[in-house]
Amino acid sequence: MTFRSLLWEGTTAPSARPAEPASFGDLHLDQVVSEVVRGREEYDLAPLLWVPLDDPEVIARRQRVFADLEDEGIAEAVSAFCDRMRRMRRYQGMAQRRHQAEEQHRWRLDAALVYVEAVQELRASLSAHELGSEGLAALRDHLEGLVASSSFAALVRDAEAIAEELAQVRYAITIKGRRVRVHHDVGQPDYRAEIEEAFAKFRERDARDYRAPLPPESQMTWVEERILGLVSQLFPDTFARLAAFAEEHRDVADPAVVTFEREAQLFLGYRKHLAALRNAGLPFCYPTVTPGARETIIDDGFDLALARKLASQGKAPVTNSLRLDPGERVAVVTGPNQGGKTTFARMVGQIHHLAALGLPVPGRKVSIGLADQVLTHFEREESLDTLRGKLEDDLVRIREVLDQATPDSVLVLNELFTSTTLSDAVALGHDLLERIRDLGALCVYVTFLDELAEGGPETVSLVGEVRADDPTARTFEIVRRPADGLAYAAALAQRHGLTYDRVRERVGA
Amino acid sequence: MRVLLLHPDRDVAVGDPLPERLEDLATDLSLDAVLDAMAADDDHVRRVARWVLLAGADDPAVVAHRQAVAADALADPDAFATMYRVATEALEGRRRLFFGRFGSSPETVLMQARRLLDLLVDALRRLRRVAESHRGLLSSAGMVRLCDSLAEELDDAYLDVLEGHLEELKLEEGVLLSAGLGRGNASRDHVLHRPPRRGWLARMLERESGGLSFVIPERDETAARSLAQLRERGLNDVANILAQSSDHILDFFEVLRDELAFYVGAQRLHRALAQREVAQCWPELTEDPDALAADDLVDAALALRVPEAVGNDVDARGRRLLMVTGANQGGKSTFLRSVGLAQVMAQAGLPVAATRLRASFAPRVLTHHTREEDAEMESGKLDEELRRLSALVDAAEPGDLVLCNESLSSTNEREGSEIARQVTTALLDAGVRVVYVTHLYELARGFVDEPERALLLRAQRGEGGQRPYRLVEGEPLPTSFGADTYRAVFGAELEAEADAGRR
Repeated sequence: MTFRSLLWEGTTAPSARPAEPASFGDLHLDQVVSEVVRGREEYDLAPLLWVPLDDPEVIARRQRVFADLEDEGIAEAVSAFCDRMRRMRRYQGMAQRRHQAEEQHRWRLDAALVYVEAVQELRASLSAHELGSEGLAALRDHLEGLVASSSFAALVRDAEAIAEELAQVRYAITIKGRRVRVHHDVGQPDYRAEIEEAFAKFRERDARDYRAPLPPESQMTWVEERILGLVSQLFPDTFARLAAFAEEHRDVADPAVVTFEREAQLFLGYRKHLAALRNAGLPFCYPTVTPGARETIIDDGFDLALARKLASQGKAPVTNSLRLDPGERVAVVTGPNQGGKTTFARMVGQIHHLAALGLPVPGRKVSIGLADQVLTHFEREESLDTLRGKLEDDLVRIREVLDQATPDSVLVLNELFTSTTLSDAVALGHDLLERIRDLGALCVYVTFLDELAEGGPETVSLVGEVRADDPTARTFEIVRRPADGLAYAAALAQRHGLTYDRVRERVGA
Repeated sequence: MRVLLLHPDRDVAVGDPLPERLEDLATDLSLDAVLDAMAADDDHVRRVARWVLLAGADDPAVVAHRQAVAADALADPDAFATMYRVATEALEGRRRLFFGRFGSSPETVLMQARRLLDLLVDALRRLRRVAESHRGLLSSAGMVRLCDSLAEELDDAYLDVLEGHLEELKLEEGVLLSAGLGRGNASRDHVLHRPPRRGWLARMLERESGGLSFVIPERDETAARSLAQLRERGLNDVANILAQSSDHILDFFEVLRDELAFYVGAQRLHRALAQREVAQCWPELTEDPDALAADDLVDAALALRVPEAVGNDVDARGRRLLMVTGANQGGKSTFLRSVGLAQVMAQAGLPVAATRLRASFAPRVLTHHTREEDAEMESGKLDEELRRLSALVDAAEPGDLVLCNESLSSTNEREGSEIARQVTTALLDAGVRVVYVTHLYELARGFVDEPERALLLRAQRGEGGQRPYRLVEGEPLPTSFGADTYRAVFGAELEAEADAGRR
């Protein structure tokens, strides 16, 4: 099996650089992406997270690669491989930036050594593990061929020989005033040890460290370069062999290995993101993604961005489920403010997008249709000049969403029409929901209007729960039941002594 | 190098934070008067003495160790004073040389540490000479060991070696290092060697290296800095060791100064009490439980302030509770303080103000005194008082000595007595010794029937209301002579003396 790509085997990678979907800000997927790619910026991974796949087989392949990487041993091996490849590139960069030949040559050697190590270690570890994915199996076969090749064997032999020789080099420097002398090491004892010994009897406890933090040794100064030049004269044969090696092995990295490295970064980044949340006790699963499926099952899902934020405070979000039978297409979410409605809506959007990327998703069990796109309309924070302007803006944007949507799209709509009268808002809402039902797209619609929760059989009413004994306490649970905003309002009023009887008692008491 | 004057096995970290409750102990025992006498304006002595007195000792063996050293201090004050001065001057050195802080570059650290060590090695030499000359006058295990170990560890040969290194590290002939090749062929694993000397080695190196040398151009400051950096790679570790060594020697002098300070203070206190003709003795601390016997026990704090403080004789005869009642201003609080202070001073290793004292060793001395703010009857006050009492109970362990002065007077007598009775009985049953001064008649009366574990003492009312400040054994009386005090203050009779037992 030849290795081409972990991500695009069986399909074609987009030829042009894609754009970030407009929904990413609303769904907070932009936050998720920046978390996933953090520390991996050099690989330009974000675009890989923007494009949903349209082929369930490609999705399944990616899921199998990810499943292989769930294995701690494989993940560690791939991660160690990626670290080595990064170091290799850094060393190659040094070889280009430094001016002195003795330095350039050595950086090439150091790059070659770390590359050899990267390939050998990854090969050994992939061969030692059971692999379930075609992608990693193909890579393993490729690496075995590579390591067995005579050119690789020659690289290893030459690199190790010269490295060993350089490790033996030891020289002495005398600095007096502005004069520097370089000569062979004559094997004098370590003076430090002598001093330490002389003062040892006073040492009753650990002491403060007075060592100054010196710049890294690899940052060579002009003086050190001059010294290195003289050292190469002390050991002319060794340095000649180093030069020959560097000339022969200029660019050592195999192109397929480099492709794998970038793609692996995506999986590692997402895996790291997951690990933190799994530690907080949150479930993830491999979703069943079926094109055209009309049934939706999300058990114990959550908003990935919120979960991340809460995890950093040692907390975990409340998980929520959504189950829609075939034919149920519109979920209208009502309930108290700050009760988790928007978070719930985001969760549904995120899960559909991530599932279409072939990644594990938040939730214990997820079985959904394959979304061609997730479209959103959230109320904008910025205030427009007039209310009319704001309503117009709302309508223009929702029109654009409806124009783009197909029956396979997922729509996440949040608090529309807050800028008009209640009766207008109800009328507009009904009209919009009617259009969506006609289209047949899956829709989560968050609203403060209970009236919109009553519709035909396609419409399902979900409500943000409060605690029975304390109506001011949100549970952040979204449950399926008829909208009843009024009952909540009455309870809250009672608690604040604002019922009819209480207000009568208090007034004039 | 250890000092071991305050404890036979370890250096005592004078200044380590002490439990909060010991602040109360210091206040309740009027420790300041004792500390003033010990310090004689030396704040350091005061700080150390305060710490040692409050921290106490682990067991009677430690006390015996200190008593012996303190006896040496009384016999040869000059040895202690001189060594204390040498230590103090050595510690001044660091601040005098460079404001007490090391610089940040290895070259600076090396230079500073070298100069400081010059001074410290000299101080060590002086210290050893004092130890040698006074050795014959000293007999305590602590001082004998210290003097012997100074003589043995810091002989001239050794100190000369140290001075030799300090001389070499002036690096007058330059720096010699060796190195290997690291990543990018940068130098690594720098090792400093003994600096080259004028002589065969230097000549050999010069010959061997032939033309392999270069000179930094005169005005090239960048290159000069790079060269300095290379030197520092070689010197960093050695500078660190030197700076650490100077810290270690300063640590030694610090412990020495701290421990000597206590005995310097002990000698001053002894002299101050002797000048006031207060009898002093070496107390006997025993592991026997419930021992407290003293003759002519004086409150040392009071004796240092007023002339002719009256002493008390007391013999608990194996009883765990001393309950003291009686006349106001009848010397109850003074007695309580004399017991507490004697216990604390004894356990620090000091002589005590009595002609004889034999007492059980108490791991902790705990006090619970009424506070100004407790005096009024308010629920908040009782709450505060109970909170402190609860903290005391948290701290108490079997064998401890608890001193209560008018505890639980912030509520009415019945409630106060009942709470106090329950707390006191529980403490006694747990093996805690209690000395309780109280107006609470109900409380005191409750122990009349328990002569096997309670000794009842009463402040005496002398003729015509004059008080001799002496306690006698006796059952509590239902009133506390408030009328006397009232009369003394107001010059008039208190109307209703029938307000028995209440404040």
